[in-house]
Amino acid sequence: MSGAFTMDNRAGPLLRVENLSVHFPVRTGLLGRSRRLVRALNNVDLTLEKGECLSVVGESGCGKSTLAFSIVGLQTPTSGSIHFEGRAITGKAQPSRIERARMAQIVFQDPYASLNPRQTVLTSLAAPLRLQGIVNNGEVEGRVMEMMRLVGLSPDKAKCFPHEFSGGQRQRIGIARALILSPKVVVLDEPVSALDVSIRAQIINLLLDLKERLELSYIMISHDLSVVEHMSNRVAVMYFGQVVEEGRWDRIFGNPAHPYTRRLIAAIPDPFAAFTTPSLIDEAGAQGPPHGFDYHPREFGTHDIYSDPPASQLVSIGDDHRVRLVPAAA
Amino acid sequence: MGLRLNLVLGGTLCLIVIVAAVLAPWLTPLSPVMDADLMNAELPPSAEFWFGTDAQGRDVFTRILYGARVSLTVGIGSQLINTTIGLILGISAGYFGGWWDDLVNGLTNLMLSVPSLIFALAIMAVLGPGLSSLLIALGLTNWSWTCRIARSSTLSLKSQSYVQAAKTLGYSDFRIMLTQILPNIVGPVLVIATLGMGDAILAEAALSFLGLGIQPPQPSWGNMLTDARELIAIAPWVAIFPGLAIFMTVLGLNLFGDGLRDWLDPHMRTRPV
Repeated sequence: MSGAFTMDNRAGPLLRVENLSVHFPVRTGLLGRSRRLVRALNNVDLTLEKGECLSVVGESGCGKSTLAFSIVGLQTPTSGSIHFEGRAITGKAQPSRIERARMAQIVFQDPYASLNPRQTVLTSLAAPLRLQGIVNNGEVEGRVMEMMRLVGLSPDKAKCFPHEFSGGQRQRIGIARALILSPKVVVLDEPVSALDVSIRAQIINLLLDLKERLELSYIMISHDLSVVEHMSNRVAVMYFGQVVEEGRWDRIFGNPAHPYTRRLIAAIPDPFAAFTTPSLIDEAGAQGPPHGFDYHPREFGTHDIYSDPPASQLVSIGDDHRVRLVPAAA
Repeated sequence: MGLRLNLVLGGTLCLIVIVAAVLAPWLTPLSPVMDADLMNAELPPSAEFWFGTDAQGRDVFTRILYGARVSLTVGIGSQLINTTIGLILGISAGYFGGWWDDLVNGLTNLMLSVPSLIFALAIMAVLGPGLSSLLIALGLTNWSWTCRIARSSTLSLKSQSYVQAAKTLGYSDFRIMLTQILPNIVGPVLVIATLGMGDAILAEAALSFLGLGIQPPQPSWGNMLTDARELIAIAPWVAIFPGLAIFMTVLGLNLFGDGLRDWLDPHMRTRPV
C-alpha cells in the first residue's frame, strides 16, 4: 500500500511513519536473567503533510516521546519505517547524521537542559552550519544573527552563555538551533510546558509565525490540549503505544469517538463553567472497558505493556477522522 | 570571597614550588650533589645554611630546590598520562556503553582493587629506577578515579537534551564527546587531577624513600627523607624540611584544585575570558 508513495515524491506526504514499532528490552528478575520487551510503540501509522501541524497527544508513557525521537533519529525503530519526501530514513538506507540534520529537527521541552552550559549562543548555532560545510566566517555569523533576529533575540547577545538568559529566551535559542539548518520538519516536544504561563503565548505565537514564514511543518508532542487546539491542523491521540484516534483537529475536538479521547477532552479545564460534570469519566469508570474499544481506564488497572495489544484497526468514521476499534469477532 | 582565597593561597604555594624548581641554579650558589663538605656535616639551620646541612655536609635548602624539579616533573607528567587515559576510557565507556563499557569497568575495578603504590612498585621493579620509569609507573596506575568520574558524568550527560540535540544537528560521536561532554566534566576531572598530582608527589617520595625512584646522590624529597632516617634524633632539620616541602606542595595543589573548580564553574562567571 505504500508503493505509490515511495515511487512518486511529489504526490506523497512530507513525512510518513509506517507500521512503526519500538520495543525496549528490560531485564527483570534477581539476576536480570529474564528479558522482557516493553512495547513503547506498536505499529504506529502517521502522515504529515507540508505546512501542517500534527499534534500527538496522550498521557506520559504512551510513547509520544519515543515517536518524536524516532522521527529525528535519536531512537532506532524495532520495525516499521519512516519516509521523508518518499525516501526511507530508517533501516539500511538511512541517511548520515549530517544529511538527516537537514530533514528534521527537534525543540526540546526543558530549555534549561537543552543548551550546553559551556557554549555561547553563537557557538551552538554556528557549529551545525560549519558541519554542513559552510566555512566562511562572515556567512556563518550572518546566518546566526539572522536566525537570532527571527526568533526575537537581540543579535548582540550572541556571545552570551545560556545561564544569562531567561527560560523563555532559552526556549527561543532552542528554536533557533532547531531551525538553523532550515529543516522541513520540526518536532516540538512539549515546547511550552516547561515555561512560565505568562510567556507560553509568546512562544506559541512565535512558533506559528515561524511556521508561516519559513514554510515549516510541525509535529507537536503535547499533553496540553488547549495548546494543541490552538496550534494544530490535525491531531493523533496515542494510548499505550498506539494511535487510537486521528483526524482533523475540529473533528477530534468536536466529535471525539474513542472513550480515551473523550476523557482527555473532558479533562480540559473550562474557565467559563462554574462546575464541570465529569460524566464521561463516570460513564467509563462504571461500566468497564467500552464495547469495541481496547481501553482500560485506570480503575481497572493498567495495560500490560509487556505484551502485544489485541488485534485492532483504525476505521474511518468520517472525512479525515479515524478511530481504533477491536473487531467484535476477535 | 572564599573561593578566591583557595585559589590565591593554593596558587601561591604552587607558584613557590614552580619558582624554586625553575630558578634553582640562580637561587643558590651551591650544587645539590657536588658541594659535600664533611667538615660542615649536620649543621643546624643558620644564616649560611638556611635549612641546615645533611650527613654529607650538603646544603638542605639547595637540595630541596633541586628536589622540587623532580617532584613537579613527576606530579605534572604522571597526571597528564593518568588524566588522558582516564578521560579517553571513561568518556568512551560512558558514551558507547555495551561490551566496551563492561571491559573498561572491569579494568577500572581491577586497578582499584590493587593498591596503586604496589602496582607502581612492580612496574618500577621491571623498568628499573629513574625519572622516566617513575613517570610511566605513576602515570599508568592512578587513572581509575578519573575514569570513574568521567564515565559517570558522561552517563548522566548523554541523556541531556543538549547532547541529543547535537546528535540531531549532525555532530559525530567523537565531536559530541569532545565538544558537548568533555567541557562539562572538566571541573570534577581537574579536581581529581590536582589531587592526583599531590598523590603522585607523595608516591614519588615513597618510591624514592624505598630506593626505587630517584637514585642518590641526585636529590628528591623522597630520598632526602631516606637519608634523614638515621639522623632524625640528632639533626631533625634534615627530615623536617623535605617533609614540609612535600606537605606544602600537596596542600597547595589541593587548595588550588578546589579553587580552580569553583572558578571554572560557568555560573560563577558572566562573560567568557
